[in-house]
Amino acid sequence: MINPFALLEQQLTALGMIPAPLIVVAVIVAKILVIVLPLMGGVAYLTLAERKIIGWIQVRNGPNRVGPLGLLQPIADALKLLTKEMVVPSGASRFLFLIAPILALGPALAAWAVVPFGSEVVLANINAGLLYILALTSLGVYGIIVAGWASNSKYAFLGAMRSAAQIVSYEIAMGFALVGVLIAAGSLNLGDIVNAQRGALGPGSWFFVPLFPLFVIYFISGVAETNRAPFDVSEGESEIVAGFHVEYAGMGFALFFLAEYANMILVSGLASVLFLGGWLSPLPWLTSVPGVGLFFMDGIHWFLGKTAFFLFLFLWFRATFPRYRYDQIMRLGWKIFLPITMVWIVVVAAMVVWHMPPWFAAGARG
Amino acid sequence: MFEQVVFYSFAAVLVLAATMVITVRNPVHAALFLVLSFFASSGLWLLMEAEFLAIALVLVYVGAVMVLFLFVVMMLDINLTVLREGFARYLPVAGMVAVLMFIAIGMVIEHEHFGLEKPASAVTHAADYSNTRELGLALYTQYIWPFEIAAVILLVAIIAAIALTLRHTRQTKAPKPEKQVAVRRQDRVRLIKVDAERQG
Repeated sequence: MINPFALLEQQLTALGMIPAPLIVVAVIVAKILVIVLPLMGGVAYLTLAERKIIGWIQVRNGPNRVGPLGLLQPIADALKLLTKEMVVPSGASRFLFLIAPILALGPALAAWAVVPFGSEVVLANINAGLLYILALTSLGVYGIIVAGWASNSKYAFLGAMRSAAQIVSYEIAMGFALVGVLIAAGSLNLGDIVNAQRGALGPGSWFFVPLFPLFVIYFISGVAETNRAPFDVSEGESEIVAGFHVEYAGMGFALFFLAEYANMILVSGLASVLFLGGWLSPLPWLTSVPGVGLFFMDGIHWFLGKTAFFLFLFLWFRATFPRYRYDQIMRLGWKIFLPITMVWIVVVAAMVVWHMPPWFAAGARG
Repeated sequence: MFEQVVFYSFAAVLVLAATMVITVRNPVHAALFLVLSFFASSGLWLLMEAEFLAIALVLVYVGAVMVLFLFVVMMLDINLTVLREGFARYLPVAGMVAVLMFIAIGMVIEHEHFGLEKPASAVTHAADYSNTRELGLALYTQYIWPFEIAAVILLVAIIAAIALTLRHTRQTKAPKPEKQVAVRRQDRVRLIKVDAERQG
């Protein structure tokens, strides 16, 4: 297969006028655009998918007026938000108020740098990939705290406090779930983690089987980290209006919206990389079947499909579950998830040390 | 050349942010400048190929410690005018202490470390060298005792902090879900057979 980025680099070098460091920067920017632009498109259509799917679950039509089947709805929404006025409340800390949405969106996009889409398709194949992800997801909370404080509004402040406490609490359970994954894979590199899930059992070798409790806890913590229903007390429109972004209008609000959905996609993508084998095919035995064999090869379509599955779960949760009460959220995080993850880390460590077949048999991993 | 540009920009941001931490009036702004200076120093560490330490700095200090700091600082009702009072009064004493400390630090480290050619240049490694792994091996083999003792001290601190804030009189009215779930119909509802009253 031809690498389009190597081709781009060749072409730029052939021009002969551009210095070498600039070419490197240009190629990296091109790679970033190839990741971020589809991601933004994904975010836009995820909002439409959310409204359609929740409509379908609640036996209504959902948006169906703008364009065929309502397909142009996200574009109409974006145009509306772009043309709205941004209002800075009186007494607000102006600079922080304006920078908060960017602080929320930045980490959600930057984390994609280390996510592997295929066996060779990754922007930065770094050794400390999992740590980098943990560090960046822990930064998302700053956008929310700063927004709540800078708005000079009690509802925004209450929402920010709730959200910050919730994110900090669930980050611990999430971090412990990731510790389990890195014990099982023996590496912090996300590509190596996927490769460690390749085995004779196909989907049975993926980490969600030996690490099942951690898998469930990781995903639920992910839902809590992104402040989605049923853990969306930071918005709680019936209690504190809309939480931390109550004072934002126009693009500021749109950026918070983008950040929330980009985080959902990130959590889903990570869940599929860490527990469901990323780009690995669930039916590797069918690759030799003529016709459909190509479809059952490992590839990016499996990664995208698994991510879409988790995104559907997000929407399903929102349509189904009532909102948790705040003290129950804290209880779930600290008193239930944390002890379970600790116990399961010990179990995983024992399984790895004693080479428990079929997942950790000696020689099965490099 | 490129590395020097990166180094000096991170260093400039670090010095600027660190100065702002102690000069800005608003404590929330000071905390956010501290976050910025952590970021800049993590960038410097990345430049020295210490990626584990750099990311751990962001993860621990920026992601956890400073969030709690901000949390507390935002809750405090700080009167800025009171904070400004007495600056001139404490200045001579504080200035003297600062100068003395500065001289002491300079005397201790001067001969070995000041000057560009004094410290040995860092050893560079190939791209597949994992310094997380090396750090882990060193911590859990060579330095196992200091590591474990530090861990126990931290554990004691955690338990002490919880014990200090634990109130024995129950003040919260939070319901207990396990009791709520265990409730049966017989505990709550009693059906009484009431005879119809006889007219007249």
